[in-house]
Amino acid sequence: MTIPTSSIEQVIPGQGSMAQPEAAKPSRAKRQRFLFVRNKKAATGLVILGVYVLIAIIGPWIAPYDPSARSNDLVQGPSAAHWFGTTHLGQDVFSQILEGTRSVMLVGFLAGAIATTLSVLIGVTAGYLGGKMDDSLSVLTNVVLVIPAVPLMIIITSVLNNASDTLVALVIGLTSWSWNARVLRAQTLSLRRRDFVEASRASGERTWRIIVFELMPNLTAVIASGFVGTVIFAVLSEITLAFIGVVSNSGWNWGTILFWAQGQQALGQDAWWWFVPAGLAIALLGTSLSLINFGIDEFVSPRLRSAGKTKLKTASGGTVRMRIGFTPVLSNSATPHTHAKVVATPVMREAK
Amino acid sequence: MKYFLQRIAFYLFTAWAAITLNFFIPRMVPGDPVQSLITKYQGQLSTKSIQSLYVLFGLDKDEGLWSQYIDYWKQLFHGDLGLSFTFFPTPVSTVIGQALPWTLLLVGITTVISFLLGTGLGVLAGWRRGSWVDGLLPVTTFFSSVPYFWLGIIAIYLLAGPDSFFPSSGGFDSGLVPAWDQYFIPSAIKHSLLPALTILISSVSGWILSMRNMMVTVSSEDYITVAHAKGLPERRVAVSYAARNALLPNISGFALALGFIVGGTLLVEIVFSYPGLGYTLLQGLGAKDYPLMQGVFLVITISVLVANLLADIAYLLLDPRTRKEG
Repeated sequence: MTIPTSSIEQVIPGQGSMAQPEAAKPSRAKRQRFLFVRNKKAATGLVILGVYVLIAIIGPWIAPYDPSARSNDLVQGPSAAHWFGTTHLGQDVFSQILEGTRSVMLVGFLAGAIATTLSVLIGVTAGYLGGKMDDSLSVLTNVVLVIPAVPLMIIITSVLNNASDTLVALVIGLTSWSWNARVLRAQTLSLRRRDFVEASRASGERTWRIIVFELMPNLTAVIASGFVGTVIFAVLSEITLAFIGVVSNSGWNWGTILFWAQGQQALGQDAWWWFVPAGLAIALLGTSLSLINFGIDEFVSPRLRSAGKTKLKTASGGTVRMRIGFTPVLSNSATPHTHAKVVATPVMREAK
Repeated sequence: MKYFLQRIAFYLFTAWAAITLNFFIPRMVPGDPVQSLITKYQGQLSTKSIQSLYVLFGLDKDEGLWSQYIDYWKQLFHGDLGLSFTFFPTPVSTVIGQALPWTLLLVGITTVISFLLGTGLGVLAGWRRGSWVDGLLPVTTFFSSVPYFWLGIIAIYLLAGPDSFFPSSGGFDSGLVPAWDQYFIPSAIKHSLLPALTILISSVSGWILSMRNMMVTVSSEDYITVAHAKGLPERRVAVSYAARNALLPNISGFALALGFIVGGTLLVEIVFSYPGLGYTLLQGLGAKDYPLMQGVFLVITISVLVANLLADIAYLLLDPRTRKEG
């Protein structure tokens, strides 16, 4: 995977500190590949996501109980036997969470993949082809964007009667591609007049080839961040749908757990263990995906990094705030003065 | 003006698309839902309302799709959204009319507060990177990853209860009659505090983040440096130069956010049993009350479109480029 050099330049004109020549030496390419993972936020997010993927795969096998099996421990708090307590039927909440991870991850990633594919098809085509095609695709995108997705999803799934995971993923994917399509269209518009695209057009490359081999590699970061964003949205949507009970309740996912907790008055029984773990699981998954997205954003646009220390103490006790575009020059005179003098280019400013 | 007309045309088109979608969705329902309802409410449905249901569900077998579509539109213009089964025999329009003000007030006020608060904090976070406001970012990220309704459940668990100041459900004390008097209004406000807080906490982070990122981008523009060079006070540069320009994308991002917030709000209402559209929708879902569900969807969509139009007008006032003729 190469770094989308051009999109970096596009985002920060004249500040291509990350931008490197396309024909990088192998050693440099290697360094670039790990650059993304070196970002602390992205790395943390990837590790957490990895754990979730692992649980999604092995969860049903390592679950201590059958999540649907009833027992005589009704509404018990967390204990050694039941780590997250039990439900009104004596079912083990911990097993339900483990088992439910698979459905959540499946729907999240499947819907993300569907939405991303659609957004690339529609966004890039609209941006590259322009003209009438662009107009009609843009209107389509904006219409889907403005119609509130969640109520639409609720109605469609309820009409579909006990929709399966795949069907739910399809509905979510079909209703949530528009934002990415819009972003991709804007990016493509700015790319299509670049020299390298013009050159490949002049040399007679086919349109699909230009789109797939010239444009797409430069859109990788945008597509990736769109995908991650859609996965977050899809996970939240699926849990929402399960929570209000419009999807099939035969399988387990975190929303189903919350559905039963709400329906069986978990709050009234003070059974916090029933709904807290599922919510935290969602929050942690969402946070890890957001972190990955921040990582991508900062990777593409280094300016967004949260600056470490921006306040500097001067020798004389004053403080200077670092800011883009200013180069503080501290006078080093030995005589003590109340204000540290900051000579900033292009203007003289007093430090506060 | 041209821009404005274009936007209006777009929203009309979107409204048309949403209504058409609404026309087709029930046609995916397998079987004959009307027949089962007629059996359920035997003798209670008048011939006219049965006919109106058949039009809504597209089960008017004698007519082609096109004339069904025309009939559907005619019915909409008469404000006839069918009869609700959940609240039989109340018409859907009446049920929605009762629920709409609750949702509008709740969502309207919280969205405005959340937008102002989030944008304000975003300006601070972006202008002074590395200050304490930046430390808020991870916290707000966490809150924005939590489903609204779960936060609502937690809020009820922690804050509401029989002895607590916050009521855990409903829109007003039972025993009160909705009216603009000194008993009802405080009760309604008290009941809306927790739902509003939940929505606020969940939705504010999006505004903070996007505003911060725009501020960071804008603050290295040349005109900011020039403003500094002119010796303008820091506050003036931050507010009138940087924030003003950074605000524009935030306002145009309103469209996406609003649909999302409204979706979340529906869920918050469900958790709090707040008598708004979301709770109505839930009651409709349980009873497979398709006319009610469709009606709620239609009203929500149209409200979102109107709100977007308002955002566009705000954009028009803030961005001089859109006012240029031609």
